[in-house]
Amino acid sequence: MSDAMIESIREFFRQLAETHPKWNFIYIYDPGVGERVLDGFWMTIQLSVVCVILSVVIGVVGAWLQRSHHVWARLLVQGYVQFFRNTPPLIQLLFFYFALGQFTPTYSPDGWLEQPVISNVGWAIISLSFFAGAFNVEIFRSGIEAVPESTIEASESLGMSHLQTYIYVILPLAFRVSLPALNNNLVNLVKTTTQAIVIAVPELLYQLVSIYNDYSTAQNACMVLMFVVYIGLVGILVLGMNRWERGMQIPGYGA
Amino acid sequence: MTENNWDSTQPIVSIKDVYKSFGALEVLKGLSLDVMKGEVICIIGPSGSGKSTLIRCVNGLNDINSGSITVEGQEVHDEKLDKLELRKKVGMVFQQYNLFPHKTALQNVMMAPVLVLKEPRAEVEQRARALIKKVRLEGKEDSYPGELSGGQQQRVAIARSLAMQPDVMLFDEVTAALDPETVKEVLVTIKELAQEGMTCILVTHEMGFARELADHIYFTDRGVIVEHGPPRTFFNDAKDPRTKEFLSQIL
Amino acid sequence: MGARISIPGINSEAATDLPVLLPFRGRPAGEAEDLRFSRWVGSVPPYYLLAALCAAALWPLVVSAQSNYTQAEAWDALWRWMPYLVTSGFALNLLISFLTMLIGTLAGVALGLWQISPKKWIRKVAWAITQAFRNSPWLVLLFIVMLAFPFQIEIGDTVIPIPDWVKAVVGLSLPIMANISEVVRGAIQSVPTGQWEAAESLAFSRGQTLWRIILPQCFKRMIPPWMNWYAILAMATPLVSLLGVEEIVTLSRQAMESEDNHPELLMPFYGFCLVIFFAYCYPIARLTISLEKRYAVKL
Repeated sequence: MSDAMIESIREFFRQLAETHPKWNFIYIYDPGVGERVLDGFWMTIQLSVVCVILSVVIGVVGAWLQRSHHVWARLLVQGYVQFFRNTPPLIQLLFFYFALGQFTPTYSPDGWLEQPVISNVGWAIISLSFFAGAFNVEIFRSGIEAVPESTIEASESLGMSHLQTYIYVILPLAFRVSLPALNNNLVNLVKTTTQAIVIAVPELLYQLVSIYNDYSTAQNACMVLMFVVYIGLVGILVLGMNRWERGMQIPGYGA
Repeated sequence: MTENNWDSTQPIVSIKDVYKSFGALEVLKGLSLDVMKGEVICIIGPSGSGKSTLIRCVNGLNDINSGSITVEGQEVHDEKLDKLELRKKVGMVFQQYNLFPHKTALQNVMMAPVLVLKEPRAEVEQRARALIKKVRLEGKEDSYPGELSGGQQQRVAIARSLAMQPDVMLFDEVTAALDPETVKEVLVTIKELAQEGMTCILVTHEMGFARELADHIYFTDRGVIVEHGPPRTFFNDAKDPRTKEFLSQIL
Repeated sequence: MGARISIPGINSEAATDLPVLLPFRGRPAGEAEDLRFSRWVGSVPPYYLLAALCAAALWPLVVSAQSNYTQAEAWDALWRWMPYLVTSGFALNLLISFLTMLIGTLAGVALGLWQISPKKWIRKVAWAITQAFRNSPWLVLLFIVMLAFPFQIEIGDTVIPIPDWVKAVVGLSLPIMANISEVVRGAIQSVPTGQWEAAESLAFSRGQTLWRIILPQCFKRMIPPWMNWYAILAMATPLVSLLGVEEIVTLSRQAMESEDNHPELLMPFYGFCLVIFFAYCYPIARLTISLEKRYAVKL
């Protein structure tokens, strides 16, 4: 798109804001505000990606521990899963950031201000990853239970160790069984990142809310963007995941 | 590991007075048998007589309560035993094939040598392709188990075990889950294997096959060996009434 | 807050609390400031993490030793506030959840039945509504309803103000409606088509088939997912605290303020919020699982 076109689009919305004060799409014609939206969007993406990765890692490790011979390890995982599944993520965020955050050590990067080692973004990542991870543990566990005992025996009779069997046989199979539930949970995780607003993480929702607090005429425009962006984001994610599920199907295996 | 002075004049697999129970249920009650290198042994008997349990004990999938099982002079049920060493020597083929459904035929065959024996991939692939050819599945290398018939899957499973270059092969009712038409292709593969001098222990219901191929036949019932002998004497003049009854039902 | 916030390692210096472990290096001019997060994680040596973990484990002791407002006093404060938090705060959470579930279920059943309507355009519209509200974050829907809804309704001369919590009920009802709609559609479609054909051959009307034959068969199947959605809803009710509704989280915050905002209060008060939700939602989850199992056998 040429600069002239961009400028004419901006001009159109500038005019619209003047003629219809309720429809002030300020983020389109004001580059400063536009940048805030982009920053927020980028933060949402970063938060989602990091939490997705960590929550999957937590799920895999938790499911591995649930097969452990140590009773206390299983109990610990079970307790973690049940607690995080049955409490509101919003209060989890508050608890992590405020209640646990006060105990984290601080440092002073510039010699003036004291900053905690774990920022609010850090706590959001920790809290949301543990929240989604709790669901992932259960999802992977039921996937692992779906792998037939005889397949595991075959792998052991070929001389593979427990760890090798877990990595090369059980996990790949369990992963495919779990994929639909896992995708559901990950989509849910992306939606839950909005709740990080409660500890002032500057993600998209936070930025949009603060924009219409600054420019009250932009209320409707912000609402439209909120609705469209999140439905678009989640829609793309769902489509991508469905395609992935089809791609992961093993010929002749399962439904 | 203890040094052992096993040589090929001694039994390659030696089972002595083995007892095994699952809870209150006694499955093996003092079973003994020896297998020499290159021998083909068939274990037959009614279902629930402990045949499968016996050969699962030979490669350590089940443990035993008392007695001893040695493979090449090495005690299988020794706490200190390196299971990996055992499983390099003993290959096993299951009734339900148990192929890894997320791997192609070739990958199924290659997996254990690459991961367990840490052999170079290129070398293993060459061997795996040769093995797939040997079980007459050329062209099916890249098919997934779900795309193969039961008989084809079972032959991949045999190739998968052979890729570990074992000294003894265990076959646990490998044709029981197959259609009658595909039973033959699997039996032909096993026959070729036996003729090449592989030591084979088979649990089977294929009496014709046992008669033609076995060097020795063991008949088990209720956890003990009732009768054994070379096929000719076993099938023609069985002495024990239980053997006679079983044979009359099955032949 | 338009300015960038500072994330150690992304757009500010990665740091540790132990100065001796800090690498000595000057920053070369023009070095890129915002490293990607993954690079930051990747660049942390394992022993830093271990050290951080040990420090984190010991820190509470150090902090509480420095303060003169004791943990015991904080717990005492929670004990005093607890009846108020439960009867005023949590009770409102429950009220919101009941009303939302009622409205959401009624609307959801209607929407779900439209999703299997014989008329194609009704199906399409119902599908689009369902997907839109199912896929957007609850918080976004809450904000939109909060802003789009009037503060009061005027009927003739009387002005009826709408309290915030009623708007919250409307906002939460939307995603519940969409998800119940999917539950209903899924359950109806799980009944074998032979049932529809058999009913049709017996000259049942479509309505009769649906109400007399199909729905009674899948009613049981809908109960576990319905309960599951109720539990999710109950756990979503604290979201309305962001809109100023005086439910348990808002009241906890107010209580802590009136106790002079000692940081020692945070752990007991937010911890109590977690525990009370757990105590409410865990039994529901257990019951859901046991019902799922029981109905699964019969199908």
